[in-house]
Amino acid sequence: MGGTDLTDSLRETVRAAGRRGTPLCLRGGGTRTFYGRAPAGDVLDLSGHRGIVRYQPTELVITARAGTPLAEVTAALAEHGQMLGFEPPAFGEDATLGGAIACGLGGPRRPFAGAARDAVLGLRCLDGTGEVLRFGGEVMKNVAGYDVPRLMTGALGTLGILLEISLKVLPRPGTELTLILEEPDPQRALERMAGWQRQPLPLSGLAWSSGRLWLRLEGTAEGVAAARARLGGEEPADGPAFWRGLRDHRLAFFSDERPLWRLAVPPAAPFIRLPETRPGDWLLDWGGAQRWLRSTLPPETVRAAATAAGGHATLFRGGDRGGEVFHPPSPAVLALHRRLKAVFDPGGIFNPGRLYPGV
Amino acid sequence: MRAMSVSAQAQPLSPGLRATLLRRLRRLLPADAVLAREEELRPYECDALSAYRRLPGVVVLPRDADEVRAVLRLCRELQVPVVARGAGTGLAGGALPRPDGVLLSLARLDRILRLDPDNRIAVVQPGVRNLAVSEAAAAHGLFYAPDPSSQVACTIGGNVAENAGGVHCLKYGLTVHNVLGLKMITMDGELLELGGVHGAPDGPGLDLAALAVGSEGMLGVVVEATLRLLPVPPATRVALAAFDDIATAGKAVGRIIGAGIVPAGLEMMDNAALRAAEDFVHAGYPRDAAAILLCEVDGEAAEADAQMARVCALLREAGATEVRVARDEAERERFWKGRKAAFPAVGRISPDYYCMDGTIPRHRLPRVLEGIARLAREHGLPVANVFHAGDGNLHPLILYDAARPGELERTEELGAKILELCVAAGGTITGEHGVGMEKIDQMCVQFGTAELQRFHDVKAAFDPAGLLNPGKAVPTLHRCAELGAMHVHGGRLPFPELERF
Repeated sequence: MGGTDLTDSLRETVRAAGRRGTPLCLRGGGTRTFYGRAPAGDVLDLSGHRGIVRYQPTELVITARAGTPLAEVTAALAEHGQMLGFEPPAFGEDATLGGAIACGLGGPRRPFAGAARDAVLGLRCLDGTGEVLRFGGEVMKNVAGYDVPRLMTGALGTLGILLEISLKVLPRPGTELTLILEEPDPQRALERMAGWQRQPLPLSGLAWSSGRLWLRLEGTAEGVAAARARLGGEEPADGPAFWRGLRDHRLAFFSDERPLWRLAVPPAAPFIRLPETRPGDWLLDWGGAQRWLRSTLPPETVRAAATAAGGHATLFRGGDRGGEVFHPPSPAVLALHRRLKAVFDPGGIFNPGRLYPGV
Repeated sequence: MRAMSVSAQAQPLSPGLRATLLRRLRRLLPADAVLAREEELRPYECDALSAYRRLPGVVVLPRDADEVRAVLRLCRELQVPVVARGAGTGLAGGALPRPDGVLLSLARLDRILRLDPDNRIAVVQPGVRNLAVSEAAAAHGLFYAPDPSSQVACTIGGNVAENAGGVHCLKYGLTVHNVLGLKMITMDGELLELGGVHGAPDGPGLDLAALAVGSEGMLGVVVEATLRLLPVPPATRVALAAFDDIATAGKAVGRIIGAGIVPAGLEMMDNAALRAAEDFVHAGYPRDAAAILLCEVDGEAAEADAQMARVCALLREAGATEVRVARDEAERERFWKGRKAAFPAVGRISPDYYCMDGTIPRHRLPRVLEGIARLAREHGLPVANVFHAGDGNLHPLILYDAARPGELERTEELGAKILELCVAAGGTITGEHGVGMEKIDQMCVQFGTAELQRFHDVKAAFDPAGLLNPGKAVPTLHRCAELGAMHVHGGRLPFPELERF
């Protein structure tokens, strides 16, 4: 297993930044710089710290350095018929594993196979004092110590520089099949998706876009055939291209100048009616639990609607990156964010303010 | 004796403070919710790790989140430690009370607040029993996946505190994978909403819900949990395979997983464990096998049948001497009955047993089992092995007799060595039971000083005064230094080529 280990030089860089009090803007492949609040600080390129460290397919675990290109990880897994269950999006060819874990985003399979944080088993990281720390491990079950690896997943690099990540992987199912069903009414689409999810169907994708329901079935040939017979619908020419386009935001829906919002809500929450908004401004993924919206409405309006639906809203792309991009937490929870930041990054040098002001 | 040394750690509440505490608690709670007489306190002196016992200073039984908050605020004001407790089925002493503290029982917060089949969630109070969730969800064709062996009795609050597992973890995950959101009260009396408390897939900001799961009651007291429910699989198939060599059985597990099958359950028992189980419940296990594997697959009938056919072929190819698929539900239940009764079955053949909970990378199984056998011989104590083979979680059961002088100490020493062996093999000291009081010394082997210090700092971020379940789960650096455990890292353990996680 090859690659380059830059731990020593990264540690020196962090220590020097700590001494000078210079904030660092952590960057892997630079494909997610649009995400989160506006980046600040000197760019620290982590893409050189790369390589798969250990991978034994029968253990269902892979360990790789954070700068390893996501494509390299998924290719190594595919060679052994395996995959990352959370189907991380890649918004460019240079996307890295570390970036995927730091952002914690999941693709269409996420509601059926778990989130990024569900797959993370352990990690090595550099804290703000330049110390190398190791939490979790490479085994499926491990309850020794607080679950720092899952805390760092989705933390946008505010708690430490990820060096090495161990992930649970899954076998790639033998058969995959996409179905589409016409459904012009988004409320009716949500109800139908909720109904399917209450049944033991081999679903691995469930979305609604432009008047059509998209279903992805995965499993043994026998199981998929049985489900297909019950569901009806049509098989599109290139189902996998749709799911890749949805995962990586390359569908036509995502090429729009307006700000892109992500609403995470209970999947069966009613369709959200907003002023000046057409059904075509919405794309419903994750069986209704992740809803994408293109809108120039004021952030307060979108956030209030997400809260009323039982969830939260993220200004995913575009809009004012200097304001609150993520749903503001309660004062007590924000105070905890700041105290945890101080535990792992006492000098506040890692991606300051990327998640929340003061975090 | 360990049981004595834990008692020595904390002095009882001073009579003056105890009187003040009782007077003020009785103002906050109904009369029957404050227990102070010795005979009332006695049932709370230990959890399922009964070797460790001590009487709590006071026991309180609040009925709702407001009463929990009031108790925590009072204890904060009076600087009295608090230990939360569910059903007391924990195996690591996590709910061991303190003579200088309040034992906070969540048993009366036992309502399922909401079952929402369209969003596939159950919102429950912490004192709800694990199995009660699946029983309530069954009417909607849904179930709650984590199924620790104590699921009839153990509560969701305790499951969250310990990140409880079960026999279906490989496919369905641990508690952390099945909790969407939590409401938790800190020692300051702040009510925190973490994650998707209303059923959203995630919450904004840092994943504090994931941090809270498995935190052993050290960060806050959970007063409500939003649980993910799954559709009940319509078909379940189970195969029993016998092997004349335990390493061959271990390799068969790798074959099944390498072939792309994720069984719902994959359990191994060695000869000592399967014999005890067979003699107890007559599950139909081959008594002369060196090891047996139970492999369960589920899904729609067509899916489950196709997978089971492959599993059987793989088991035979891997060298099973016998493969039997349960012909009906009754036989399936009988196969599982033996596994689920393994602990009490071992309890029948030995006056006492001590259950370990290490996890290892699966391919290390043969060497780790050899190591356990060697250590068992050296300590003169028999060991029966039960293994969640799919996810590498090993439960060696050390058979001993506490009535024999010195045998408990020898058992604890053997247990500690087994856990150190798991760490050296690239594994961990606890897969699903938690550290609690029991494995606190082995934490010094698992983690270095820097990581342990960060754990203390994380606790302080939630509980600056250190009043919630103090002294559990994370050892003081001083304690580790005294044990000299760091010295063990000097390469004297087996597998020195492995990095230590």
